[in-house]
Amino acid sequence: MSVMLKTYQEPPFCEKEILRYAGCKSYDEELLQLLRACIKEVRGKLSYKVCYRELPVTITEETCDFGCLTMQSQNLAKNLKDCKTAILFAATLGVEIDRLIAKYGRISPSKALLFQAIGAERIEALCDIFCEDMAKEKGVALKPRFSPGYGDLSLESQKDIFQILDCFKRIGVSLNDSLLMSPSKSVTAFVGIKTYLDETEKKSVNKCAACEKTDCQYRGV
Amino acid sequence: MQASNTQKFIALDIGPTGKLLKPLGDLDFEDAVAVFAETVKLGVKYGADLIFIETMNDSYETKAALLAAKENSDLPVLVSNAYGEDGKLMTGANATAMVAMVEGMGADAIGANCSLGPKQLSGVVEELLANASIPVILKPNAGLPKAENGKTFFDITPDEFAQEVAGLVEKGVRVVGGCCGTTPEYIQNLYAKTNKMTPVAIQPKNIAMVSSYTHAVKFEKEPILIGERINPTGKKRFKQALIERDIDYILGEGLRQEEKGVHILDVNVGLPDIDEVEMLKTAICELQAVTDLPLQIDTSDAKAMETALRRYNGKAMINSVNGKQESMEAVFPLVKKYGGLVVALTLDESGIPDTVQGRIAIAEKILAAAEGYGIEKKDIIFDTLAMTISSDIHSAKVTLDSLHYIKETLGCHTSLGVSNVSFGLPNRDAINGTFFALALENGLSAAIMNPFSVEMMKTFYTYKALKGMDENCAQYIEKASEFIPAAPVANAGGGASSQIDSRIEPNMNTVSELQKAIISGRKEKAGELTQSMLQTNEPLSIVQNEIIPALDIVGKGYEEKKVYLPQLLMSAEAAKSAFEKIKDYMAVCGKENATEKGLVVIATVHGDIHDIGKNIVKLLLENYGFDVKDLGKDVPPEAIVERTVELHAPLVGLSALMTTTVPAMEETIRQLREKAPWCKVVVGGAVLTQEYADKIGADKYAKDAMETVRYAESIMEGLGGGMHE
Repeated sequence: MSVMLKTYQEPPFCEKEILRYAGCKSYDEELLQLLRACIKEVRGKLSYKVCYRELPVTITEETCDFGCLTMQSQNLAKNLKDCKTAILFAATLGVEIDRLIAKYGRISPSKALLFQAIGAERIEALCDIFCEDMAKEKGVALKPRFSPGYGDLSLESQKDIFQILDCFKRIGVSLNDSLLMSPSKSVTAFVGIKTYLDETEKKSVNKCAACEKTDCQYRGV
Repeated sequence: MQASNTQKFIALDIGPTGKLLKPLGDLDFEDAVAVFAETVKLGVKYGADLIFIETMNDSYETKAALLAAKENSDLPVLVSNAYGEDGKLMTGANATAMVAMVEGMGADAIGANCSLGPKQLSGVVEELLANASIPVILKPNAGLPKAENGKTFFDITPDEFAQEVAGLVEKGVRVVGGCCGTTPEYIQNLYAKTNKMTPVAIQPKNIAMVSSYTHAVKFEKEPILIGERINPTGKKRFKQALIERDIDYILGEGLRQEEKGVHILDVNVGLPDIDEVEMLKTAICELQAVTDLPLQIDTSDAKAMETALRRYNGKAMINSVNGKQESMEAVFPLVKKYGGLVVALTLDESGIPDTVQGRIAIAEKILAAAEGYGIEKKDIIFDTLAMTISSDIHSAKVTLDSLHYIKETLGCHTSLGVSNVSFGLPNRDAINGTFFALALENGLSAAIMNPFSVEMMKTFYTYKALKGMDENCAQYIEKASEFIPAAPVANAGGGASSQIDSRIEPNMNTVSELQKAIISGRKEKAGELTQSMLQTNEPLSIVQNEIIPALDIVGKGYEEKKVYLPQLLMSAEAAKSAFEKIKDYMAVCGKENATEKGLVVIATVHGDIHDIGKNIVKLLLENYGFDVKDLGKDVPPEAIVERTVELHAPLVGLSALMTTTVPAMEETIRQLREKAPWCKVVVGGAVLTQEYADKIGADKYAKDAMETVRYAESIMEGLGGGMHE
């Protein structure tokens, strides 16, 4: 099956989530005004694109064999346990958010920081609507997303993922020599397809709960 | 190429590298040119008949490929881009911008391919047809991809495809084909449908335009404003910024003019003591990373002009050529090769004629010479030279009459450095505004001007409203309030102090207005208050008694987790705007900055292209009085070592975002230890930890910007104060 494309409308902005990414546990009027000015500036400027493939998967203890690619990762194997198929996707907001971050990085780091946080909130929101859309379209339940760099899934694996998804041609995302993605507000991830969720998994739908990096400053639980 | 109906050609097909160019990605422009050059040379060697650059979704990469094709072959070059549903390339350029650049560089055809079906591309095709004077290509997909039962297919049939493409051939498309999803059947149908059609003749469009990586600015009826503030002439603070390689200051000048509504930015960074070639290139690249306004490359150094034109992403405006043989021989080949709209000054070996006839004669000479280089009239814009009326009261009339003739009789566009007219007179703005209005009425197409001049902006908007160029006077109404002289800055009144009280506990009653402005992060207010304080206070006392204590309050609040990073930064920016006023004041008075605590070199290491963290550290270090030399992002170890040694810097700060770039950090530290054993190294960044920092041999791991400041202070204290006399 070839690579598919989805383009979404702008999801609603969540100020609370943006402030969390900006590292703010509280805020005042001045900050809120600045944040709202930033949101106003970015509104309508971003693209919300995803390219994806649905792949069959065979899992052993530490490998996931997707036919066209194999991933060596115990954590991913655990994440995809009991799945027969998975969706591999790449999502991006496009280059405009990077331009805003770069511009304000030179003249107003506080705004750059807020655009950075807005970008993080936006790309997560895009991944969320894509996964909801997929679950609905296919009539299935999905496992939490799992990306290169999580646990023992190496960033090196990005090289294969980019090839499989033809990311540059499909949605304009490229991989730098240091394995950074450009545009920076992009995500690649595996999502296991399950037909049901059991009770324990429902509880851990909060993506932070499943993560082993417990000292993360953004940890939501 | 002459061809019969059945003759076949083989094209060398060139597509994208799959990497994004700097500043968005990590591929250097010249490296991209080199990759494409290699391909082109092979194509030539094996006998390709033409070169087809296609599916490009970035204007900069398109330029790299086209440049490589032109520099390494004489073959015809066709250029086709992949547009999205918004009618733009992935990196933002619209079809008109692509026409400006690609046609300017001498491509033989321009078009659109891939990404969408013929119907979705029709808007782009019509835009190309309306602007291009070269053949237009269309090679769409077989509609849009759809999935059903796990199978992908494209949503239009060969017959529909042929029908839709033929409709666009009727409108003027001259080269057609098919991209993704098309099969021999599609091409067969397309051929059958179109081979009997008579191609529409191509009309030369004669549109004078420049472009950036997003849009074109056309010289038509409405006057164009070119911001003149990026120029050291007569500006001490700007000169200082150039000498100190303070790029951020230059960018700030550009962005402030953009806010004022200019259409193009003039960029002049020439100073006797600096390497203009390198500085102009840097300024152009850095400006194009933060603003999408087209730029006017302003230099008299041909080498600097070429280097800047080569790197420029779009079709630049060029300032300038003149009637001297030497000038035309240096500039016209560059205009021909890289494209550009060139300002031509009506002067030559014998100087500036003081008659209208004299200036017109030079204009005609320049046009004839340009034609000899294959440069069209539309790409020349004449500046008839505004001279001060204080030395010759008839000079304005000569300038205006020449302007009028060139616009009306020669049919060329015109520009003027308007403010020269008032040199040596009091209240220059009053003269400038009226002269600007007269020039507009005499056919001025563009003014190189100061957008902060209320008189000039007033003239611009009132002129447009009076001449029927401002629908419902909407622009005038929006700007009208700015044309009232500014009220004096009020010293009293705190405004946001209620929030400050809740955030920071110390007794706010003892805190001054300036300190309140800094603490609550109000940039403009902090600048205004400092400005007025400078009339009665010593700059140093403002720094020591006002700004530093305010920063300490905020910094302490941050360390105690009562203030968060965005708020800390807002305060730091407010303090910076106060410092800027002090710097301006001291530059004017010719005083040395005696407040600096010491020198710190900072950089984001090789391979890392995100620098927000480093910029935050820079801002805070500057706030605390350090002289920060920012080497930028993606900096090779050698470059960091070289600057550190050159400056004998006591402290180097390195930032890395990714685990994959920590080795570059380690290598930088290794080289620093070898070549600059005296310096301390502080590291930080998303992936860094104390453990990592120890492993790679750093002196200090700083978890945030404040910790870096504290460490820098401790290092400088150890050295017994500042490094500077």
